[in-house]
Amino acid sequence: MELELKGITKRFGSLVANDRIDLTVAPGQVHALLGENGAGKTTLMNVLYGLLQPDEGEIVLDNKAVRFGSPKDAIAAGIGMVHQHFMLVPVFTVAENVTLGIEETRPSGLLDRRKARKDVRELSQRYGLEVDPDAVVEDLPVGIQQRVEIVKALVREATVLILDEPTAVLTPAETEDLFRIIRQLQDGGKSIVFISHKLKEVQAIADTITVLRRGKVVGERPPGTTEDELASLMVGRDVQLRVSKQAAKPGDVVLDVADLTVTDETGRVWVNGMSFQVRAGEILGVAGVQGNGQTELCEALMGLLPTASGRVTLSGRDLTHATPAQRLHAGFAYVPEDRQEDGLIGEFSVADNMVLDMYSRPPFASGINLNLGAIARNAAERVQEFDVRTTSATAPVSTLSGGNQQKVILARELSHEHKVLLASQPTRGLDVGSIEFVHRRIVDQRDKGVAVLIVSAELDEIYALADRIAVMYEGKITGFRPPTVPVEELGLLMAGASDEDSGPSGPEPTPSAPTAIPGAGQ
Amino acid sequence: MSDQAASPGPAAAEKKEEEAEQPSHGSFGQNLRDSILEGNTITVTVLAIFTAFVVGGLLNAFTNTTVLHAWGSFFSAPGHAITTAWDTAVGAYVEMFEGSIFNPHTVAALFQQASFATAVHDGYLSAVFNPLSETCVQATPLILAGLAVALPYQAGLFNIGAQSQLIGGMILATYLGYGVSLPFFVHVVVCVIGGFVGGAAIGWLVGELKARTGAHEVVVTIMMNYIMLYFLAYLLSFGYLMQAPHTSNEITSPIAGDAHLPLLFGSHLRINAGFLIALACAAGVWWLLNRTTTGFEFRSIGKNPSAARVAGMNVERTWVLVMLIAGGLAGLSGATVIQGTDFTLNFQSYGSYGITAITVALLGLGRPLGVVLAGLLFGALDAGAPLMQAATGTPVSMVLVLQAVIVLFVAAPPLIRATYRLRGARAGGVGGVMSKGWNA
Repeated sequence: MELELKGITKRFGSLVANDRIDLTVAPGQVHALLGENGAGKTTLMNVLYGLLQPDEGEIVLDNKAVRFGSPKDAIAAGIGMVHQHFMLVPVFTVAENVTLGIEETRPSGLLDRRKARKDVRELSQRYGLEVDPDAVVEDLPVGIQQRVEIVKALVREATVLILDEPTAVLTPAETEDLFRIIRQLQDGGKSIVFISHKLKEVQAIADTITVLRRGKVVGERPPGTTEDELASLMVGRDVQLRVSKQAAKPGDVVLDVADLTVTDETGRVWVNGMSFQVRAGEILGVAGVQGNGQTELCEALMGLLPTASGRVTLSGRDLTHATPAQRLHAGFAYVPEDRQEDGLIGEFSVADNMVLDMYSRPPFASGINLNLGAIARNAAERVQEFDVRTTSATAPVSTLSGGNQQKVILARELSHEHKVLLASQPTRGLDVGSIEFVHRRIVDQRDKGVAVLIVSAELDEIYALADRIAVMYEGKITGFRPPTVPVEELGLLMAGASDEDSGPSGPEPTPSAPTAIPGAGQ
Repeated sequence: MSDQAASPGPAAAEKKEEEAEQPSHGSFGQNLRDSILEGNTITVTVLAIFTAFVVGGLLNAFTNTTVLHAWGSFFSAPGHAITTAWDTAVGAYVEMFEGSIFNPHTVAALFQQASFATAVHDGYLSAVFNPLSETCVQATPLILAGLAVALPYQAGLFNIGAQSQLIGGMILATYLGYGVSLPFFVHVVVCVIGGFVGGAAIGWLVGELKARTGAHEVVVTIMMNYIMLYFLAYLLSFGYLMQAPHTSNEITSPIAGDAHLPLLFGSHLRINAGFLIALACAAGVWWLLNRTTTGFEFRSIGKNPSAARVAGMNVERTWVLVMLIAGGLAGLSGATVIQGTDFTLNFQSYGSYGITAITVALLGLGRPLGVVLAGLLFGALDAGAPLMQAATGTPVSMVLVLQAVIVLFVAAPPLIRATYRLRGARAGGVGGVMSKGWNA
């Protein structure tokens, strides 16, 4: 089935989210849709999936114009979508999830579970999905859950599959598996629309790459196109993908974490006896698949979660049981993982957000009185220094783009005295231009002698920034590696293979790493 | 925004970023027009009040027997039916206006006096200002109790318990009023402070329970209302507690004259220093919220408690503090009733101030100035009601209907937007709390 989008335009008020977009997906093609956040990829796919109605333009299937009033119409026409966030019922089995909404019954009126199981097994076999129809979804790893979504679409006889940022939640190994599955689907005659902002993946999997920028198609490229060319197409200017940085000159140990254990209210252990040190002037990158305790590690380091056992010291000062305010005072700068929820107060102005953890210190307050003049002056300076794009410093911070919001947080955290910069997923959801900016600032901090701890699920980011990589799996560090480590090895560590498991017989690939500080806490 | 609602989470998030990239520009006039048409909260509130008066007028007209008779002969005299309905509806409002703001007859009477001096002496001048004075007297406890709801609202807490805190303030202020003897002024101040402390103690208890055990303040404050109600009943039932000697009524002894709040404009008008206390408190709450580090904490925690916590604020301690201050404000409200108009505490003294306060805070959009205006509006309705009933036979309960309809419309902004074809946009406001649920 050939899918063609002709001149699709979608407006939200004065904003044109999709501007006369033309796109052709040939049968059996993997067509990547590359663009920054806000480029209009998801809007376009929602138009295609019947969730949104285009203001202009038409969708053509095999030379026949169609209109999708709802996803139901789209599904009937053979279009399937795998959302970034899965739409599965956790307590149902795979087969139950797959048939949900299209249940078939036996003559007796009972559900035909046997047929559902058979369908899943058949599809699973044909496309190498390896999904057990009787497994309960909540017990399955994320990668398999994603395949359940794919099976769902296939059972509904989809011939065009839309995958919305499918790799965001996957480990490198799972990503490899997904790519293998995509190839098999392709061989089976399915067309794939692969939405992503990750250049490497797009290059690896796509037959054709369409680049979107600000709602417009800015180019179509073959997969052999260089990363730099794709990036500058995406951003609209030349960008430097890899921050240039000198070798680290690590100084004294600043942050010392020993045997840290963190549990939540239910008693679940999230961080299990972690030990590591971060020295002045180095960046320690904590890699790992999301949900392995990284969030809890950061929150415990900031005093937001209680420390069950272990010690946290900052330049020799014991902060194990300090409050968040005490830690900020002692020299922590913190860029939280979820900037909307934990980093900013959306309805507050840019200026107020820039003093959110300093409002009670001079010069922003004298006694109980806020010094509004000082807050405004500070905002004006920081907006300039960090190139925050905003209509004014009094505008609510929620009106800023994600990249500019992150700049506000960075500006705030770097403007109070700090010895440690703790940044969790510092560039999540940011466009290439903002990533470049944030990375540069982080490296600047290191060069100024700040101890930097980066937690990120993006391996590219870890490689770009870290002087030393710690891999976290199920609350433990499975290994420390220099940034020269091959990605396959990191992938193994992220999947739980630890140094102890592989034993001394395995080749030690880290002999000549200049920045590695061996033995920290292992 | 239906498309927004239909699209799933990631799409909405991405779209938000898209929209964020292009902040709106335009001339001042254009922005002004947009902001009115967009149906922001202030526009909606004003229209809600207007609509409530229209609905109230219709209700009044079509429950009046004379009007209904006139409609009975609609086909023989259609004009008569319509004019009767109009006269009834408008007549009630005119009387209400005369009872609460300004009555032309009193002005006429003033000018018929021989000299200005005798007019003042005989109370004719006071008569001109009496409606306004009554409005202010009625508004005083509403403003203070309204602040007691509005302030916690800014910190993300919903204080349903202004009533209990108000009773706490009344009890302590009354006891200090008749139980101790102090010189004038000192006595007034001691009683007012007592009122604050009495309310603050109740508010503190609520905040402490929430901070320590996580008990939801809505549940706790509602329960406190009952507890204080029966505690008051208990106090008033026994001579050795607070019941006045030699009586079987549930009433305390009157407070000492020294403890009365001073009248502002002579003995003919009831307006007293309580009104000034209310205005000062509104100004104080505004200052606290907008100009102090404490207020910054209140607002931060109200808008986004998790970001506030990450920024090092002590959320639990702030809850306790804000409930303590709110309780104190409600307590002051009780003290002004006792020391300004009632002078004794009985089982009717607390009225429904604490409940109406929620409405006042809601109508005032949770802001101090808004609370003052809403308090004055509701005070005027209360002040005008008796004259309206006396002159037109419209029952006083009409005022309750008006108040209820106002709240109904304020709490349902989409209804007002749809009625007046306003562009729906900004969600939120206090109405948002009501329609979305607490701590949403």
